[in-house]
Amino acid sequence: MRIVVCVKHVPDLQSDRRFTDEGRVDRDQGDGTLNELDENAVEAAVTLAEQHGGEVVALTMGPADAEDAVRRALQMGADDAVHVVDDALAGSDAFGTALTLAAAVRRIGEAGPVDLVVTGMAALDGLMSVVPTLLAGHLGLAQATLAAEVTLDPAAATVRVRRELDHASEVVEAPLPALVSVTDQANQPRYPNFKAIMAARKKAVTAWTLADLGLDPAEVGDAGARTRVLEATPRPPRENRVLVTDEGDAGLRLAAFLAENRLV
Amino acid sequence: MTTAAPGAAPVLVVVDHHDDAPRSSAYELLTVARTLGPVEAVWFGAAPEAAVDRLGAWGVARVHAVPAAADLLPPERGEALAAVVEAVAGPGASTVLLASTFENKETAARLALATGAGLMVDAAALEAGPDGRVVAVQQAFAATWTLRACTTTPRAVVALKPNAVAAVAPDGAPTQPEVLTHDVVPAAGPVARLVERTPRPASDRPDLGEAQVVVVGGRGTEGDFSAVEELADVLGGAVGATRVATDEGWIGHEAQIGQTGVTITPRLYIGAGVSGAVHHRGGMQASGTIVAVNSDPESPIFEIADFGVVGDLFTVLPQAAAEIRRIRGEA
Ligand SMILES: Cc1cc2nc3c(=O)[nH]c(=O)nc-3n(C[C@H](O)[C@H](O)[C@@H](O)COP(=O)(O)OP(=O)(O)OC[C@H]3O[C@@H](n4cnc5c(N)ncnc54)[C@H](O)[C@@H]3O)c2cc1C
Ligand SMILES: Cc1cc2nc3c(=O)[nH]c(=O)nc-3n(C[C@H](O)[C@H](O)[C@H](O)COP(=O)(O)OP(=O)(O)OC[C@H]3O[C@@H](n4cnc5c(N)ncnc54)[C@H](O)[C@@H]3O)c2cc1C
Repeated sequence: MRIVVCVKHVPDLQSDRRFTDEGRVDRDQGDGTLNELDENAVEAAVTLAEQHGGEVVALTMGPADAEDAVRRALQMGADDAVHVVDDALAGSDAFGTALTLAAAVRRIGEAGPVDLVVTGMAALDGLMSVVPTLLAGHLGLAQATLAAEVTLDPAAATVRVRRELDHASEVVEAPLPALVSVTDQANQPRYPNFKAIMAARKKAVTAWTLADLGLDPAEVGDAGARTRVLEATPRPPRENRVLVTDEGDAGLRLAAFLAENRLV
Repeated sequence: MTTAAPGAAPVLVVVDHHDDAPRSSAYELLTVARTLGPVEAVWFGAAPEAAVDRLGAWGVARVHAVPAAADLLPPERGEALAAVVEAVAGPGASTVLLASTFENKETAARLALATGAGLMVDAAALEAGPDGRVVAVQQAFAATWTLRACTTTPRAVVALKPNAVAAVAPDGAPTQPEVLTHDVVPAAGPVARLVERTPRPASDRPDLGEAQVVVVGGRGTEGDFSAVEELADVLGGAVGATRVATDEGWIGHEAQIGQTGVTITPRLYIGAGVSGAVHHRGGMQASGTIVAVNSDPESPIFEIADFGVVGDLFTVLPQAAAEIRRIRGEA
C-alpha cells in the first residue's frame, strides 16, 4: 500500500492574517504552520499504513517555508516527503495547485504505484475545499470526500468512507486507487514523541521544481490563475458595540436591543 | 434591482430541490441571475410540471432537465453539467451559478475543470463587472477581509452562499419555460458508489444554512439545550452548536458551526455559552448582528459581539424569550 498525503502550509490561524497589495495571501510573515486539518489527513494516512502495511509520502506545494509542513508529517510518521517549490508557483489558485500536485503524485508513482491519495477537507486559508476534487479529476481517480471515518479493504481493493452532509449521512465506496479527503471528525491526530521528532530530522525532503515535473510555468502561479482579486479590504471594526453585565434585567435589555434593531 | 442588457450570454442556475420543490437558495440564485443575463435553469432529475411553472414565475426562460444526473455523485454531476453547458452555451462566455454547499462545490470544481472555466466559491454577493464579467464578493480570514474577484476566463462558475441575498420574485407575468431534456452519458472512468444514504429527519425549524436567525449553544449549556431551543423557536430561528457540543453528543454533528462545520451568515447570530474560538468564528463572523451571552467577561466572543451580555445563559435566555413574547403581545 502506497499512500500520498497532501499537506498545506498556511498562515497561523491565531495570527493577524492579511492580504498583500496584489490581493494574494501574505505568506511572508514567517508564522506559517501545517494546516491543522491536514494533521487529520496525515493521521489517517499513517494509521492506514500501520493497519495494512505500506508507506506514506507527504507532499506539499508552497514557498520555502512550506518544508515545515512536510517535516511535521514526517514527525507524525510519514516515511518520505516531497516539497514542490518554484518561484513561478507564487499566486497559484486552486487549479494551479491541483495541476502541480497531480504532476507530483504521478512522479511519486514512478517509484511504485500510488494506491491512495489523502487530503484534508479544506485549507484554513483559502477554505475553498475544491483542491481534492480537482486533484482527483486530473489523476482520473474516483473520490470519496469529507470522510468522518475511513476504512480500507485491500482484498477488494476499495476504500469506504462515512460522511455527514447537510441533509443526509452517507457511506461511499471507491475502487483503489482513489482519493479521500478527511474532516476533523476522522481521528485524533497523534502528538509526535521525542524519538519521532529526532527520527524525522534525519529524513531528507525531496525538492522538485516545475521543470522536474515537466510543467509549463504559464499554467501555474499568477500566469495560470483563472481568478484575479480586484480588491482586498480589511473589515472595519464593528461599531456601537454594547456590553452589559446581568443585574437581573439583561434578558429584558437583550429583547429591547433586538426590537430596536428590528430583529424580532 | 437592475435587469441585464438584452443579448447577454445566458446564466445557468443549478436548482437544488427537495421533494420536487426548489430549495430556498434556488430563488436567491435566480434573483441574482436576473441581474446578469437571461436565466436558464438546470434540474438534476426529471423536472416536475409544478416546479417548471414555479421557475417560470421566477423569470426562467428554459429548464434543462438531466434525468440521469439524479443518481450521480457530485463529480459525475459536474461532468454531466459540463455536457449541458457546452450544448447550451457553446464554447462562448457564460455563467453558471450554484448554491455553495460542500456537494455543489465538488460539482462546480469538476464543471470548471471540464470546461476551462474560472471558479469562485462561497461568494457573499455578485455584481456585473464593467467588461461583462461577473464580480464575486468573498469574505476571508473569518470575515475580517472582504475581497472582490473575477475570473480571467470568459466562463465563470460561481457558488453563492445560501442567504447571501434576499430572494425577490420578478415583476411581470410568469413565462412558460421551455423544457429541454438532456440525455447525458457519464464519462467513463472509475467512480465512487453510494452504498448508503440516510436523509436527516426534517425539522420544524429552518435549515441552518438558510436561517435568518441562528441561536448557538456551546459548552456552557452543559448539554441542556432547552433555553437555546426556546429562544430559537421564539425568533423563528435555527439551532446551531460548537464542536464541543457536537463532540459531546448533545446535538447532531450537522449542527456544528465553524470552519469545519456549517458556515452561516444569518441576520442575527446569538451565541450562548460559546467562547468564540477562532475555528468557530470562521463560520459565523460574517453574520449581520452578533449577540453573545457568556458568564466570563474575558471570553473572546465579546470582541466581535454587537451586543454582549455577561451573565448566565440559563437566566438570560428565558427572560429574553419571555420578553419577546410579551412585546409581541403573545403572553
Ligand atoms: C479568501 C480567499 C479566497 C480565494 N478565492 C479563490 C477563488 O475564488 N478561486 C481560486 O481559484 N482561488 C482562490 N483563492 C486562492 C487559494 O488560496 C488557492 O486557490 C488554493 O490554495 C486553493 O485551495 P485552498 O487553499 O482553498 O485548498 P482547499 O481546496 O481548501 O484544500 C483542501 C486540501 O487540499 C490539499 N492542499 C491544498 N493546497 C495544497 C498545497 N499547496 N500543497 C499540498 N496540499 C494542498 C490539502 O490537503 C488541503 O487540506 C482564494 C484565497 C483566499 C484566501
Ligand atoms: C482543526 C479544528 C477545527 C475546529 N473546527 C471547529 C468548528 O468548526 N466549530 C467549532 O465550534 N469549533 C471548532 N473547533 C474547536 C474550537 O477550537 C473550540 O474548542 C470550540 O469552538 C469551543 O467550543 P465552546 O465555545 O462551546 O467551548 P468553550 O471554549 O469551553 O467555551 C464555553 C464557554 O461557555 C461559558 N459558560 C459556561 N457556563 C456558562 C453559563 N451558564 N452561561 C453562560 N456562559 C457559560 C464559558 O465562560 C466559556 O466561555 C475546531 C478545532 C480544531 C483543532
